[in-house]
Amino acid sequence: MHTFAYARPATLAEAVALLEEHGPAARVLAGGTDMIIRLRDGTLRPELVIDLKRIPELRPAIRVEGDRLVIGATTVMTDIAASELVRRDFEALAEAAAVVGSVQIRNRATLGGNLCNASPAADTAPSLLVYGADVVAIGPGGTRRLPLDAFFVRSGVTTLAPGELVTAIELPLPTLRRGSVHVRRTRRRGHDLASVTMAVAVDQAGTTRLAYGSVGPRPVVRVDATGVLADAAAPADARTAIFEEMFAGASPSPRSMRASPEYRLAMLRVLGRRALATAIQRLAQGERRP
Amino acid sequence: MITTVPIRMTVNGRARVLEVPAHHTLLDVLRDELQLTGTKECCLVGECGACTVSLDGRIVDSCLVLAVEADGAEVATVEGLTVDGRLSPLQEAFLEKGAVQCGFCIPGQVMAAHDLLGRNPHPTLAEVQEGLAGNLCRCACYQQITDAVMATAEEAGR
Repeated sequence: MHTFAYARPATLAEAVALLEEHGPAARVLAGGTDMIIRLRDGTLRPELVIDLKRIPELRPAIRVEGDRLVIGATTVMTDIAASELVRRDFEALAEAAAVVGSVQIRNRATLGGNLCNASPAADTAPSLLVYGADVVAIGPGGTRRLPLDAFFVRSGVTTLAPGELVTAIELPLPTLRRGSVHVRRTRRRGHDLASVTMAVAVDQAGTTRLAYGSVGPRPVVRVDATGVLADAAAPADARTAIFEEMFAGASPSPRSMRASPEYRLAMLRVLGRRALATAIQRLAQGERRP
Repeated sequence: MITTVPIRMTVNGRARVLEVPAHHTLLDVLRDELQLTGTKECCLVGECGACTVSLDGRIVDSCLVLAVEADGAEVATVEGLTVDGRLSPLQEAFLEKGAVQCGFCIPGQVMAAHDLLGRNPHPTLAEVQEGLAGNLCRCACYQQITDAVMATAEEAGR
Protein backbone atom coordinates (compact mmCIF):
# COMPACT_ATOMS: atom_id res chain seq x y z
CA MET A 1 0.00 0.00 0.00
CA HIS A 2 1.34 3.48 -0.76
CA THR A 3 1.87 5.86 2.15
CA PHE A 4 -0.77 8.32 3.28
CA ALA A 5 -1.50 10.47 6.29
CA TYR A 6 -4.35 9.64 8.63
CA ALA A 7 -6.79 11.98 10.35
CA ARG A 8 -9.37 11.10 12.95
CA PRO A 9 -11.64 14.15 13.25
CA ALA A 10 -13.64 14.49 16.46
CA THR A 11 -16.44 16.53 14.86
CA LEU A 12 -18.26 16.66 11.53
CA ALA A 13 -17.14 20.27 11.11
CA GLU A 14 -13.54 19.14 11.40
CA ALA A 15 -14.11 16.34 8.87
CA VAL A 16 -15.71 18.76 6.38
CA ALA A 17 -12.86 21.27 6.87
CA LEU A 18 -10.27 18.56 6.18
CA LEU A 19 -12.13 17.49 3.03
CA GLU A 20 -12.32 21.09 1.87
CA GLU A 21 -8.65 21.74 2.58
CA HIS A 22 -7.33 18.63 0.84
CA GLY A 23 -9.89 18.31 -1.96
CA PRO A 24 -9.50 15.22 -4.14
CA ALA A 25 -6.27 14.27 -2.32
CA ALA A 26 -8.38 13.21 0.67
CA ARG A 27 -10.63 10.17 1.00
CA VAL A 28 -13.18 9.44 3.68
CA LEU A 29 -12.85 6.08 5.47
CA ALA A 30 -15.78 4.34 7.13
CA GLY A 31 -15.64 0.53 7.47
CA GLY A 32 -12.87 0.08 4.93
CA THR A 33 -14.05 -3.29 3.59
CA ASP A 34 -14.04 -1.91 0.04
CA MET A 35 -11.74 1.06 0.45
CA ILE A 36 -8.74 -0.76 1.94
CA ILE A 37 -8.82 -3.19 -0.98
CA ARG A 38 -8.65 -0.20 -3.34
CA LEU A 39 -5.89 1.47 -1.33
CA ARG A 40 -3.90 -1.74 -1.58
CA ASP A 41 -4.42 -2.32 -5.29
CA GLY A 42 -3.60 1.32 -6.03
CA THR A 43 -6.91 2.30 -7.65
CA LEU A 44 -7.20 4.86 -4.84
CA ARG A 45 -4.10 6.89 -3.97
CA PRO A 46 -5.14 9.54 -1.45
CA GLU A 47 -2.60 11.62 0.45
CA LEU A 48 -4.93 11.79 3.42
CA VAL A 49 -7.40 9.25 4.81
CA ILE A 50 -10.12 10.77 7.02
CA ASP A 51 -11.54 8.19 9.45
CA LEU A 52 -15.16 8.99 10.40
CA LYS A 53 -15.61 6.25 12.98
CA ARG A 54 -14.97 8.28 16.12
CA ILE A 55 -17.26 11.23 15.55
CA PRO A 56 -19.73 11.39 18.48
CA GLU A 57 -22.29 13.29 16.34
CA LEU A 58 -22.78 10.12 14.27
CA ARG A 59 -24.09 8.30 17.34
CA PRO A 60 -26.31 6.86 18.67
CA ALA A 61 -26.04 4.71 15.59
CA ILE A 62 -29.76 3.98 15.24
CA ARG A 63 -32.36 6.29 16.71
CA VAL A 64 -35.90 7.59 16.23
CA GLU A 65 -36.20 11.33 15.60
CA GLY A 66 -39.80 12.47 15.24
CA ASP A 67 -41.42 10.46 12.45
CA ARG A 68 -38.15 9.05 11.09
CA LEU A 69 -35.66 6.33 11.88
CA VAL A 70 -32.15 7.73 11.60
CA ILE A 71 -29.23 5.39 10.94
CA GLY A 72 -25.79 6.97 11.31
CA ALA A 73 -23.58 6.53 8.25
CA THR A 74 -20.94 4.58 10.18
CA THR A 75 -23.40 2.02 11.57
CA VAL A 76 -22.20 -1.49 10.75
CA MET A 77 -24.32 -4.20 9.13
CA THR A 78 -24.21 -6.40 12.25
CA ASP A 79 -25.88 -3.65 14.29
CA ILE A 80 -28.50 -2.92 11.62
CA ALA A 81 -29.40 -6.60 11.32
CA ALA A 82 -29.73 -6.90 15.11
CA SER A 83 -31.59 -3.63 15.75
CA GLU A 84 -35.10 -4.06 17.15
CA LEU A 85 -36.05 -0.67 15.67
CA VAL A 86 -35.00 -1.84 12.21
CA ARG A 87 -36.48 -5.31 12.51
CA ARG A 88 -39.84 -4.05 13.70
CA ASP A 89 -40.56 -1.56 10.91
CA PHE A 90 -37.96 -2.21 8.21
CA GLU A 91 -37.67 -5.97 8.05
CA ALA A 92 -36.25 -6.06 4.51
CA LEU A 93 -33.37 -3.79 5.55
CA ALA A 94 -32.55 -6.04 8.52
CA GLU A 95 -32.61 -9.04 6.16
CA ALA A 96 -30.39 -7.31 3.62
CA ALA A 97 -27.84 -6.20 6.24
CA ALA A 98 -27.70 -9.80 7.50
CA VAL A 99 -26.52 -11.18 4.13
CA VAL A 100 -23.84 -8.63 3.21
CA GLY A 101 -20.47 -10.40 3.04
CA SER A 102 -19.53 -12.60 5.99
CA VAL A 103 -19.63 -12.15 9.78
CA GLN A 104 -16.20 -10.51 9.56
CA ILE A 105 -17.34 -8.12 6.83
CA ARG A 106 -20.66 -7.27 8.53
CA ASN A 107 -18.76 -6.33 11.70
CA ARG A 108 -16.92 -3.62 9.73
CA ALA A 109 -18.98 -2.68 6.65
CA THR A 110 -21.10 0.43 7.18
CA LEU A 111 -24.42 1.53 5.71
CA GLY A 112 -22.92 4.82 4.51
CA GLY A 113 -20.06 2.96 2.85
CA ASN A 114 -22.39 0.51 1.15
CA LEU A 115 -24.29 3.42 -0.44
CA CYS A 116 -21.35 5.72 -1.22
CA ASN A 117 -19.48 2.85 -2.84
CA ALA A 118 -22.50 2.75 -5.19
CA SER A 119 -22.05 -0.84 -6.23
CA PRO A 120 -25.03 -1.88 -8.39
CA ALA A 121 -25.11 -5.03 -6.22
CA ALA A 122 -25.29 -3.16 -2.88
CA ASP A 123 -27.71 -5.31 -0.88
CA THR A 124 -29.02 -2.53 1.36
CA ALA A 125 -30.02 -0.28 -1.55
CA PRO A 126 -33.25 -2.00 -2.71
CA SER A 127 -34.82 -2.09 0.76
CA LEU A 128 -33.87 1.53 1.46
CA LEU A 129 -35.38 2.52 -1.91
CA VAL A 130 -38.71 0.80 -1.21
CA TYR A 131 -38.86 2.48 2.20
CA GLY A 132 -38.32 5.91 0.62
CA ALA A 133 -35.04 6.61 2.42
CA ASP A 134 -33.29 9.95 2.31
CA VAL A 135 -29.53 10.46 2.39
CA VAL A 136 -28.28 13.20 4.71
CA ALA A 137 -25.08 14.82 3.46
CA ILE A 138 -22.96 17.55 4.98
CA GLY A 139 -20.53 19.79 3.12
CA PRO A 140 -19.06 23.26 3.17
CA GLY A 141 -22.50 24.68 2.32
CA GLY A 142 -24.23 22.91 5.22
CA THR A 143 -26.51 19.91 5.48
CA ARG A 144 -28.87 18.69 2.76
CA ARG A 145 -31.24 15.76 2.34
CA LEU A 146 -31.81 13.98 -0.92
CA PRO A 147 -33.90 10.96 -1.80
CA LEU A 148 -31.75 7.84 -2.15
CA ASP A 149 -33.21 7.41 -5.66
CA ALA A 150 -31.53 10.72 -6.60
CA PHE A 151 -28.22 9.62 -5.07
CA PHE A 152 -27.13 6.76 -7.33
CA VAL A 153 -25.76 7.48 -10.79
CA ARG A 154 -23.81 4.37 -11.81
CA SER A 155 -21.28 1.96 -10.34
CA GLY A 156 -18.99 3.97 -8.05
CA VAL A 157 -20.64 7.30 -8.90
CA THR A 158 -23.16 9.23 -6.79
CA THR A 159 -24.57 12.76 -6.84
CA LEU A 160 -22.59 13.59 -3.71
CA ALA A 161 -20.75 16.86 -4.46
CA PRO A 162 -17.00 17.20 -3.96
CA GLY A 163 -16.39 18.06 -0.31
CA GLU A 164 -19.60 16.40 0.88
CA LEU A 165 -19.89 13.33 3.05
CA VAL A 166 -22.89 11.24 4.10
CA THR A 167 -23.77 11.46 7.79
CA ALA A 168 -27.01 9.47 8.00
CA ILE A 169 -29.77 7.60 6.25
CA GLU A 170 -33.31 8.56 7.26
CA LEU A 171 -36.33 6.31 6.89
CA PRO A 172 -39.89 7.58 7.34
CA LEU A 173 -41.63 5.48 10.00
CA PRO A 174 -44.58 3.62 8.48
CA THR A 175 -48.02 5.17 8.89
CA LEU A 176 -49.77 2.19 7.29
CA ARG A 177 -49.45 -1.50 8.00
CA ARG A 178 -46.88 -2.98 5.70
CA GLY A 179 -45.25 -6.26 4.71
CA SER A 180 -41.75 -6.23 3.24
CA VAL A 181 -38.94 -8.59 2.35
CA HIS A 182 -35.44 -8.69 0.90
CA VAL A 183 -34.46 -11.56 -1.40
CA ARG A 184 -31.43 -12.23 -3.54
CA ARG A 185 -29.80 -14.73 -5.83
CA THR A 186 -26.14 -15.67 -5.37
CA ARG A 187 -23.91 -18.24 -7.04
CA ARG A 188 -23.28 -20.03 -3.79
CA ARG A 189 -24.60 -20.07 -0.25
CA GLY A 190 -22.69 -17.94 2.21
CA HIS A 191 -20.31 -15.17 1.28
CA ASP A 192 -21.06 -13.94 -2.25
CA LEU A 193 -22.16 -10.86 -4.15
CA ALA A 194 -25.69 -10.93 -5.49
CA SER A 195 -26.52 -11.77 -9.09
CA VAL A 196 -29.90 -10.19 -8.34
CA THR A 197 -30.79 -8.34 -5.12
CA MET A 198 -34.37 -7.18 -4.51
CA ALA A 199 -36.79 -5.77 -1.96
CA VAL A 200 -40.59 -5.58 -2.08
CA ALA A 201 -42.94 -3.72 0.27
CA VAL A 202 -46.73 -3.94 0.14
CA ASP A 203 -48.84 -1.65 2.29
CA GLN A 204 -52.37 -1.76 3.62
CA ALA A 205 -53.55 0.78 1.02
CA GLY A 206 -52.53 -1.61 -1.78
CA THR A 207 -49.38 0.14 -2.94
CA THR A 208 -46.48 -2.10 -3.89
CA ARG A 209 -42.93 -0.81 -4.06
CA LEU A 210 -40.30 -2.98 -5.69
CA ALA A 211 -36.59 -2.28 -6.06
CA TYR A 212 -33.82 -4.32 -7.59
CA GLY A 213 -30.08 -4.17 -8.03
CA SER A 214 -27.19 -6.01 -9.70
CA VAL A 215 -29.08 -5.96 -13.03
CA GLY A 216 -27.83 -2.63 -14.36
CA PRO A 217 -25.54 0.27 -13.57
CA ARG A 218 -27.60 1.36 -10.56
CA PRO A 219 -30.45 0.04 -8.40
CA VAL A 220 -33.97 0.77 -9.66
CA VAL A 221 -37.22 1.36 -7.76
CA ARG A 222 -40.74 1.09 -9.20
CA VAL A 223 -44.15 1.68 -7.63
CA ASP A 224 -47.47 0.03 -8.42
CA ALA A 225 -50.30 2.15 -7.04
CA THR A 226 -53.05 0.31 -8.94
CA GLY A 227 -53.44 -2.30 -6.20
CA VAL A 228 -53.08 -5.14 -8.69
CA LEU A 229 -49.78 -6.52 -7.38
CA ALA A 230 -50.94 -6.27 -3.78
CA ASP A 231 -54.12 -8.22 -4.58
CA ALA A 232 -53.40 -11.90 -4.13
CA ALA A 233 -56.55 -12.68 -6.15
CA ALA A 234 -55.60 -10.52 -9.18
CA PRO A 235 -55.42 -12.38 -12.52
CA ALA A 236 -51.95 -13.64 -13.37
CA ASP A 237 -51.65 -11.71 -16.67
CA ALA A 238 -52.59 -8.41 -15.04
CA ARG A 239 -49.74 -8.93 -12.59
CA THR A 240 -47.32 -10.05 -15.27
CA ALA A 241 -47.97 -6.87 -17.25
CA ILE A 242 -47.11 -4.70 -14.24
CA PHE A 243 -44.04 -6.75 -13.40
CA GLU A 244 -42.83 -6.41 -17.01
CA GLU A 245 -43.15 -2.62 -16.81
CA MET A 246 -41.23 -2.62 -13.55
CA PHE A 247 -38.46 -4.85 -14.88
CA ALA A 248 -38.02 -2.75 -18.04
CA GLY A 249 -35.47 -0.74 -16.02
CA ALA A 250 -33.09 -3.71 -15.90
CA SER A 251 -30.05 -3.75 -18.21
CA PRO A 252 -27.58 -6.31 -16.92
CA SER A 253 -24.02 -6.16 -18.18
CA PRO A 254 -23.00 -8.87 -20.65
CA ARG A 255 -19.45 -8.68 -19.24
CA SER A 256 -20.18 -9.53 -15.61
CA MET A 257 -18.57 -12.73 -14.42
CA ARG A 258 -21.30 -13.51 -11.89
CA ALA A 259 -24.20 -14.30 -14.20
CA SER A 260 -25.33 -13.84 -17.79
CA PRO A 261 -27.88 -11.14 -18.64
CA GLU A 262 -30.40 -13.84 -19.63
CA TYR A 263 -30.06 -15.56 -16.28
CA ARG A 264 -30.36 -12.33 -14.32
CA LEU A 265 -33.45 -11.23 -16.22
CA ALA A 266 -35.06 -14.63 -15.71
CA MET A 267 -34.23 -14.62 -11.98
CA LEU A 268 -35.56 -11.08 -11.62
CA ARG A 269 -38.99 -12.41 -12.59
CA VAL A 270 -38.76 -15.44 -10.32
CA LEU A 271 -37.59 -13.41 -7.34
CA GLY A 272 -40.20 -10.74 -8.04
CA ARG A 273 -43.05 -13.25 -7.75
CA ARG A 274 -41.60 -14.91 -4.66
CA ALA A 275 -40.84 -11.65 -2.88
CA LEU A 276 -44.29 -10.27 -3.62
CA ALA A 277 -45.92 -13.39 -2.19
CA THR A 278 -43.84 -13.11 0.99
CA ALA A 279 -44.56 -9.39 1.38
CA ILE A 280 -48.31 -9.98 0.99
CA GLN A 281 -48.14 -12.79 3.52
CA ARG A 282 -46.25 -10.61 6.00
CA LEU A 283 -48.74 -7.80 5.56
CA ALA A 284 -51.53 -10.24 6.33
CA GLN A 285 -49.68 -11.46 9.42
CA GLY A 286 -49.30 -7.86 10.56
CA GLU A 287 -45.62 -6.96 10.34
CA ARG A 288 -46.60 -3.55 11.67
CA ARG A 289 -49.59 -2.44 13.72
CA PRO A 290 -49.37 1.31 14.31
CA MET B 1 2.53 15.20 6.22
CA ILE B 2 2.80 12.89 9.22
CA THR B 3 2.33 9.33 8.09
CA THR B 4 3.33 7.51 11.29
CA VAL B 5 0.92 7.38 14.18
CA PRO B 6 1.37 6.36 17.83
CA ILE B 7 -1.19 3.79 18.94
CA ARG B 8 -2.02 1.80 22.05
CA MET B 9 -3.84 -1.48 21.99
CA THR B 10 -4.28 -4.51 24.16
CA VAL B 11 -3.32 -7.70 22.35
CA ASN B 12 -4.26 -10.98 24.04
CA GLY B 13 -4.46 -9.14 27.34
CA ARG B 14 -1.09 -7.43 27.04
CA ALA B 15 -0.87 -3.65 26.63
CA ARG B 16 1.14 -2.55 23.61
CA VAL B 17 2.38 0.89 22.59
CA LEU B 18 3.51 1.20 19.00
CA GLU B 19 4.39 3.68 16.25
CA VAL B 20 2.69 2.49 13.09
CA PRO B 21 2.74 3.78 9.53
CA ALA B 22 -0.84 4.86 8.71
CA HIS B 23 -0.91 2.58 5.67
CA HIS B 24 -0.02 -0.59 7.58
CA THR B 25 -2.88 -2.93 8.36
CA LEU B 26 -3.61 -4.54 11.69
CA LEU B 27 -2.50 -7.79 10.04
CA ASP B 28 0.89 -6.26 9.12
CA VAL B 29 1.45 -5.03 12.66
CA LEU B 30 0.38 -8.25 14.38
CA ARG B 31 2.68 -10.35 12.22
CA ASP B 32 5.65 -8.08 11.57
CA GLU B 33 5.84 -5.92 14.69
CA LEU B 34 4.41 -8.22 17.34
CA GLN B 35 5.54 -11.51 15.75
CA LEU B 36 2.06 -12.97 16.23
CA THR B 37 2.30 -15.06 13.09
CA GLY B 38 -0.64 -17.33 13.90
CA THR B 39 -2.81 -14.84 12.03
CA LYS B 40 -2.27 -15.57 8.34
CA GLU B 41 -2.03 -13.33 5.30
CA CYS B 42 -3.79 -14.81 2.30
CA CYS B 43 -6.32 -13.21 -0.09
CA LEU B 44 -6.03 -9.59 1.17
CA VAL B 45 -9.55 -8.80 -0.10
CA GLY B 46 -11.72 -10.04 2.76
CA GLU B 47 -12.82 -13.24 1.05
CA CYS B 48 -10.85 -15.98 2.82
CA GLY B 49 -10.84 -15.16 6.54
CA ALA B 50 -7.29 -16.47 7.18
CA CYS B 51 -6.48 -13.16 8.89
CA THR B 52 -9.50 -13.25 11.25
CA VAL B 53 -8.90 -11.66 14.66
CA SER B 54 -11.20 -10.25 17.30
CA LEU B 55 -11.36 -6.46 17.60
CA ASP B 56 -13.24 -5.18 20.65
CA GLY B 57 -15.09 -8.48 20.87
CA ARG B 58 -16.06 -8.75 17.19
CA ILE B 59 -14.22 -10.73 14.54
CA VAL B 60 -12.84 -8.85 11.57
CA ASP B 61 -10.57 -9.51 8.60
CA SER B 62 -7.38 -7.88 9.89
CA CYS B 63 -6.20 -7.33 6.28
CA LEU B 64 -9.05 -4.81 5.92
CA VAL B 65 -8.37 -2.84 9.10
CA LEU B 66 -5.63 -0.24 9.35
CA ALA B 67 -3.55 -0.70 12.49
CA VAL B 68 -4.29 2.90 13.41
CA GLU B 69 -8.02 2.08 13.40
CA ALA B 70 -7.31 -0.37 16.23
CA ASP B 71 -5.93 2.40 18.45
CA GLY B 72 -7.42 1.91 21.90
CA ALA B 73 -8.92 -1.46 21.03
CA GLU B 74 -8.77 -4.91 22.59
CA VAL B 75 -7.39 -7.33 20.04
CA ALA B 76 -7.45 -11.10 20.41
CA THR B 77 -5.60 -13.46 18.07
CA VAL B 78 -5.43 -17.23 17.85
CA GLU B 79 -2.42 -17.12 20.18
CA GLY B 80 -4.77 -15.81 22.87
CA LEU B 81 -7.08 -18.84 22.79
CA THR B 82 -4.80 -21.15 24.73
CA VAL B 83 -5.16 -21.21 28.49
CA ASP B 84 -1.92 -21.75 30.47
CA GLY B 85 -0.29 -23.09 27.32
CA ARG B 86 -3.03 -25.66 26.75
CA LEU B 87 -5.26 -25.75 23.71
CA SER B 88 -8.88 -24.73 24.19
CA PRO B 89 -11.60 -27.41 23.92
CA LEU B 90 -12.44 -25.99 20.49
CA GLN B 91 -8.86 -26.35 19.31
CA GLU B 92 -8.74 -29.89 20.72
CA ALA B 93 -11.91 -30.70 18.78
CA PHE B 94 -10.30 -29.48 15.54
CA LEU B 95 -7.47 -32.00 16.16
CA GLU B 96 -9.83 -34.75 17.28
CA LYS B 97 -12.06 -34.43 14.18
CA GLY B 98 -9.16 -34.20 11.75
CA ALA B 99 -10.26 -30.72 10.69
CA VAL B 100 -6.69 -29.68 9.95
CA GLN B 101 -5.07 -30.71 6.71
CA CYS B 102 -2.56 -28.10 5.52
CA GLY B 103 -3.56 -25.92 8.46
CA PHE B 104 -3.16 -22.52 6.85
CA CYS B 105 -6.80 -21.45 7.25
CA ILE B 106 -7.19 -22.96 10.71
CA PRO B 107 -6.29 -19.96 12.90
CA GLY B 108 -9.00 -17.98 11.10
CA GLN B 109 -11.47 -20.87 11.24
CA VAL B 110 -10.86 -21.28 14.97
CA MET B 111 -11.27 -17.55 15.62
CA ALA B 112 -14.56 -17.48 13.68
CA ALA B 113 -15.81 -20.63 15.43
CA HIS B 114 -14.81 -19.26 18.85
CA ASP B 115 -16.73 -16.06 18.07
CA LEU B 116 -19.79 -18.01 16.90
CA LEU B 117 -19.90 -20.20 20.02
CA GLY B 118 -19.51 -17.10 22.19
CA ARG B 119 -22.61 -15.56 20.59
CA ASN B 120 -24.52 -18.78 20.09
CA PRO B 121 -23.39 -21.64 22.35
CA HIS B 122 -25.73 -24.18 20.72
CA PRO B 123 -25.79 -23.47 16.99
CA THR B 124 -27.53 -25.56 14.36
CA LEU B 125 -25.44 -26.92 11.51
CA ALA B 126 -26.79 -24.14 9.26
CA GLU B 127 -25.76 -21.53 11.83
CA VAL B 128 -22.25 -23.01 11.99
CA GLN B 129 -22.02 -22.90 8.20
CA GLU B 130 -23.18 -19.27 8.14
CA GLY B 131 -20.89 -18.34 11.06
CA LEU B 132 -17.91 -19.75 9.15
CA ALA B 133 -18.99 -18.55 5.67
CA GLY B 134 -16.22 -15.94 5.76
CA ASN B 135 -13.51 -18.58 6.12
CA LEU B 136 -12.38 -20.59 3.12
CA CYS B 137 -10.46 -23.89 3.30
CA ARG B 138 -8.68 -24.86 0.10
CA CYS B 139 -8.20 -28.40 1.46
CA ALA B 140 -12.02 -28.48 1.69
CA CYS B 141 -12.13 -29.81 5.26
CA TYR B 142 -15.51 -28.15 5.76
CA GLN B 143 -17.23 -31.30 6.98
CA GLN B 144 -14.57 -31.94 9.63
CA ILE B 145 -14.46 -28.27 10.63
CA THR B 146 -18.22 -28.06 11.17
CA ASP B 147 -18.07 -31.43 13.00
CA ALA B 148 -15.45 -29.98 15.36
CA VAL B 149 -17.57 -26.91 16.09
CA MET B 150 -20.73 -28.96 16.65
CA ALA B 151 -18.84 -31.39 18.90
CA THR B 152 -17.48 -28.52 20.99
CA ALA B 153 -20.97 -27.09 21.42
CA GLU B 154 -22.35 -30.50 22.42
CA GLU B 155 -19.53 -31.11 24.88
CA ALA B 156 -20.11 -27.69 26.49
CA GLY B 157 -23.83 -28.44 26.77
CA ARG B 158 -23.26 -31.57 28.86
